[in-house]
Amino acid sequence: MTYRSLRYPRLTAVAAVAALVVVAGCADSKRDTGSGSGGTGASGGTFVFAGSADPVTLDPFFASDGESFRPARQIFEGLVGTKPGTADPAPLLATSWQTAQDGLSTTFELQSGVKFQDGTDFNADAACWNFDRWYNTPPGIGQTEDQSYYWISLFKGFAKGDLTDSVYKSCTVDGDNKITVALTQPFAGFVAALSLPSFSMQSPTAIKKWGATGQDDPSQSEYATAHPTGTGPFVFQSWDKGNQITLTRNENYWGEKALVDEVRIVPIAEPKARADALLNGEIDGFDLVGPADISRLQDAGFQIANRPAFNILYLGINQAVKPLDDIRVRQAIAYAIDKEAVINASMPEGTKPALEFVPDSVNGYTPDVKTYDYDPAKAKDLLAQAGAQNLTIQFNYPTDVTRPYMPSPGDTFNAIRSELEAVGINVKPQADRWDPDYLDRIQGGKDHGIHLLGWTGDYNDTDNFLGVFFGRKSNEWGFENQKLFDALTKARGIPVVSDQTPVYQKINQQVMDFLPGIPIASPVPSLAFDPKVKGYVPSPVQDEPWNLVSVQ
Amino acid sequence: MTLPLDPVLADLAADPDEAEAGTSLWRAAWRRLRRNPVAIIGALLVLAFVLVAVFAPAIAPYPENSHQWADEVTLTSVPGPRDGNLLGLDRYGSDLFSQLVYGARQSLVVGVVSTALGLLAGALLGLLAGGVGRKTDTAVMRVVDLMLSVPSLLLAVSVVAVLGQNRYSVMIAIAAAQVPIFARLLRGSMLGQSKSDYVLAATSLGLRRRTIVLGHVLPNSLGPTIVQATLNLATAIIEVAALSFLGLGEADPAVAEWGRMLVAAQDRFNEAPQLALWPGFAIAVSALGFTLLGEAMREALDPKGQR
Amino acid sequence: MLRFIVRRLALMIPVLVGLSILLFVWVRALPGDPARAMLGERATPEAIDQINKIYGFKEPVFGQYFTYVGRLLHGDFGASTRDGRSVVSTFFEQFPATIELAVAALLFAVALGIPLGFWAGRRIGGWVDNLVVSGSLLGVVTPVFFLAILLKLVFADWLGWLPTSRRQDARIEATHVTNFYVLDGVITREWDASWDAIVHLILPAVALGTIPLAIIVRITRASVAEVMSEDYVRTAVSKGLPPQIVSRRHILRNAMLPVITTIGLWTGLLLSGAVLTESVFEWNGIGRYLFLAIGQRDYPVLQGYILFIALIYSLVNLAVDVSYGVIDPRVRVS
Repeated sequence: MTYRSLRYPRLTAVAAVAALVVVAGCADSKRDTGSGSGGTGASGGTFVFAGSADPVTLDPFFASDGESFRPARQIFEGLVGTKPGTADPAPLLATSWQTAQDGLSTTFELQSGVKFQDGTDFNADAACWNFDRWYNTPPGIGQTEDQSYYWISLFKGFAKGDLTDSVYKSCTVDGDNKITVALTQPFAGFVAALSLPSFSMQSPTAIKKWGATGQDDPSQSEYATAHPTGTGPFVFQSWDKGNQITLTRNENYWGEKALVDEVRIVPIAEPKARADALLNGEIDGFDLVGPADISRLQDAGFQIANRPAFNILYLGINQAVKPLDDIRVRQAIAYAIDKEAVINASMPEGTKPALEFVPDSVNGYTPDVKTYDYDPAKAKDLLAQAGAQNLTIQFNYPTDVTRPYMPSPGDTFNAIRSELEAVGINVKPQADRWDPDYLDRIQGGKDHGIHLLGWTGDYNDTDNFLGVFFGRKSNEWGFENQKLFDALTKARGIPVVSDQTPVYQKINQQVMDFLPGIPIASPVPSLAFDPKVKGYVPSPVQDEPWNLVSVQ
Repeated sequence: MTLPLDPVLADLAADPDEAEAGTSLWRAAWRRLRRNPVAIIGALLVLAFVLVAVFAPAIAPYPENSHQWADEVTLTSVPGPRDGNLLGLDRYGSDLFSQLVYGARQSLVVGVVSTALGLLAGALLGLLAGGVGRKTDTAVMRVVDLMLSVPSLLLAVSVVAVLGQNRYSVMIAIAAAQVPIFARLLRGSMLGQSKSDYVLAATSLGLRRRTIVLGHVLPNSLGPTIVQATLNLATAIIEVAALSFLGLGEADPAVAEWGRMLVAAQDRFNEAPQLALWPGFAIAVSALGFTLLGEAMREALDPKGQR
Repeated sequence: MLRFIVRRLALMIPVLVGLSILLFVWVRALPGDPARAMLGERATPEAIDQINKIYGFKEPVFGQYFTYVGRLLHGDFGASTRDGRSVVSTFFEQFPATIELAVAALLFAVALGIPLGFWAGRRIGGWVDNLVVSGSLLGVVTPVFFLAILLKLVFADWLGWLPTSRRQDARIEATHVTNFYVLDGVITREWDASWDAIVHLILPAVALGTIPLAIIVRITRASVAEVMSEDYVRTAVSKGLPPQIVSRRHILRNAMLPVITTIGLWTGLLLSGAVLTESVFEWNGIGRYLFLAIGQRDYPVLQGYILFIALIYSLVNLAVDVSYGVIDPRVRVS
């Protein structure tokens, strides 16, 4: 077959795009702004909320990501909750608890008269059944940190499999509403850890009926995708994967019943697309507001709510690379950085500069550490002393990612880069895609200089920050500091939180003297809501049950 | 993303009658080209683009990627046009106009190098397929078909994953996407012409196969190849930007690269749409230049299109 | 004809087997560890080792391949390492989304492109022709993502007419029977759901359909112009046939051949080439999922999806070749 083009006519003014306008103009997307009809409760309606991704699973024990925990917080409850707006433990399904002197056992008094959403009783038997279920997770995919991350990182082992040195020993029923959990070694963070959604109480009956059997992936069982059953204020309705999760009010909820009839959780990946969706009325609220969208939303009359920051962004330094092992060079870098300017350029309003590697709401925080206030002259001096006037360092940062602690990595990189160049350090930028190239480079190898990374805390525990960063020798930091490693191991073993706190404060001082990296800030994660949304209480650890939220 | 091999060019390359016309064809083509206003507009655009790229340091008022006003750019505002900054600042605090000018340089270098690489590899494969023998032909063309069936974007992503995020991997990735196009063009051309009278004549005169290929067939494929390369340059310029857009380009976020500038502008769109509009127009206009020139050249080479 | 089809189908088998081996080796040759991608910033060396052991990522590649093929024969393409979901089920959930978008883009391109090309081709050099040709050139040189950004800016941010992401409004009560949302609404009589799906389709379809539009316009124009100058059309006109009948009977039908070929070619490209558009508009289709998968080194998804796409691509090409013969008896495939 042949066909031949013809001679081209003269170029004329171009306006054929007009045709597109006509087509698109036909479609006016006025949608019904309102909520489902016929609410039976005080308020009624549907609350539509956007997160950044679809959950991986609805069985929170096999999840560790915020998007899986979002519906889990509505469907499930744990023995321990948090005080609204803080990361501190508070009674929930357990009304009180008592830890023994040696820290090896804790007795919980349970709330009575609570029922799971399938009508079965929540009682001591059910509670212990849950502990035993976690401990007896069969070897295989379920025992990887990809799935039972929190159990592995806190309780270390299972009944069977490769990881056997479990911190958990047993759970005994001491009556209808009383259980005692025994541990094999003291664990000061035990009660606080139970506030994690992973350790929610789930209905034994439902799991026996729908749960995974044999070698099947437990996070994708019938139970975990279509029948999650807890005691929370909302009941699972449906999950249209990749599109939305629908939950309805739990009419038999033991606490304050939900005000809205229904909630829908939808995934929208781009922060700007979430903002667009809120602006045109598709959703009532969303999480992880892009810093650049805040003023746009506020100007349009939308509400912005800030979560208390429970994260830390730092500039990591790889001491395996010379001369970064020289403390004077690291100090010079610290003095060269104007944290306020970096925050202005790349983080939401209200973000405070960080003094150390934990945010100020964590127990072991102390304002009494060595600070490195912005002083470029001093930075130049220190570089001269270290004989590193002509220093060139690789500066690593990730692309295609936003994290709560890192809302805009490219801008943060650019701001810090300018400041480093101002004191005469030559910066060689090195960008990598977040997954998995960037993490591979930083944590999996030695070829990196200084880098941006951070952490979002899970619950109020200093080890959850410092232990993760500096608990042992790692590729990320490239230093060997046995004194620090030992101090952290020892602190972790102290049975009581009140004894632990001063020890951690000391360690924080020690870390800031050693200066393995430069803590930059704890960016404030923001939520945005339609003006009609009331009653949403932001929590630093995202423990945000929506039973008090109303949309009218 | 990749435009397929142009069927007209493929025909042209494979058509012995047209190739036979020899030098007179070239002269006629050149005459037609000079008279075609489309060609002139295209050539002017290309010329302007090349001049801006080559003389970027003289044209741009500030050095490349200076980010010297980084402190004036905040999350909510990017200074627009003002004294000293013709188009205002870019998102990272460099002069937007200077960045655009240096961006031309970046696009030209990556576009030309990648097209040249793609042409070289594609021509070798094509000659191998068309010039050696039946079995080689089948084997080579299977490889080419495989290259076509894997989405070019995935190919590019893997090249970048292996070689790291820098401009060289971008060049190689784009070149890789062009290889099958050139390979098919040259193979078609070889096969088509091997049946032509003058090749038959040359063979009967006892000329060696290699001599025939290099001395007759190759020069006659030159026209369509040049045209295809010109058209591919337009595609390459767009693809550089596309790869940057997907976060696979240069390592420096503030670099003067049009695709990068577009990405960086995305979340500032409401406050500063100019950040996206200028680089977008720059990409479109330079691609337009090469497309017009290529189209006009193709018409000039294809006398049957004349009426 | 039947023999031709059977032979083409048989030829596909070795190609797909070869592709599966290449894919298998290729994804494993990519630097970067799927285990680390699964664990994110909390990865410890022990946890990575454990995942590699349980998933068998560090076994010899040939052993892994044979295990994989063994499962393939039972229809098991494995599960995503990123979200744990079965590759087959996600593919068939997302494929309708990609098709819906591709069809909408093609509809846009054809519905606009053929009349425009026809109109332009009848009077080469006229002002309509000039306008159409210039517009089509612009369509070719505008990068898809730039066009997408512009469309979002104008129709979403400034005018507020159209949504910028997803396939349907979360507030709409919609039952998804086939996952073709427009069709679903028709089947279940949820007309508002259909309408909402159409509204969500407009911007992505325009962005994806612009390049095919430009190409269809130009090919239609060229074919029409060529047919116009053929003797039988001249004869028809000189016989005094009304111009509409000449258009319909002769010009359009004969000019359709090259157009259909091009449409066929582009259908394949639309299926796999929608990665950018799907990403920009958060369209829950296979292109976007594939792009996420490559970032995560999600081996089962990469292998399964690309095999599926290659298979579909080959089938579409075959269908085009066959329909070609059906439309024009002169061109019988040998």
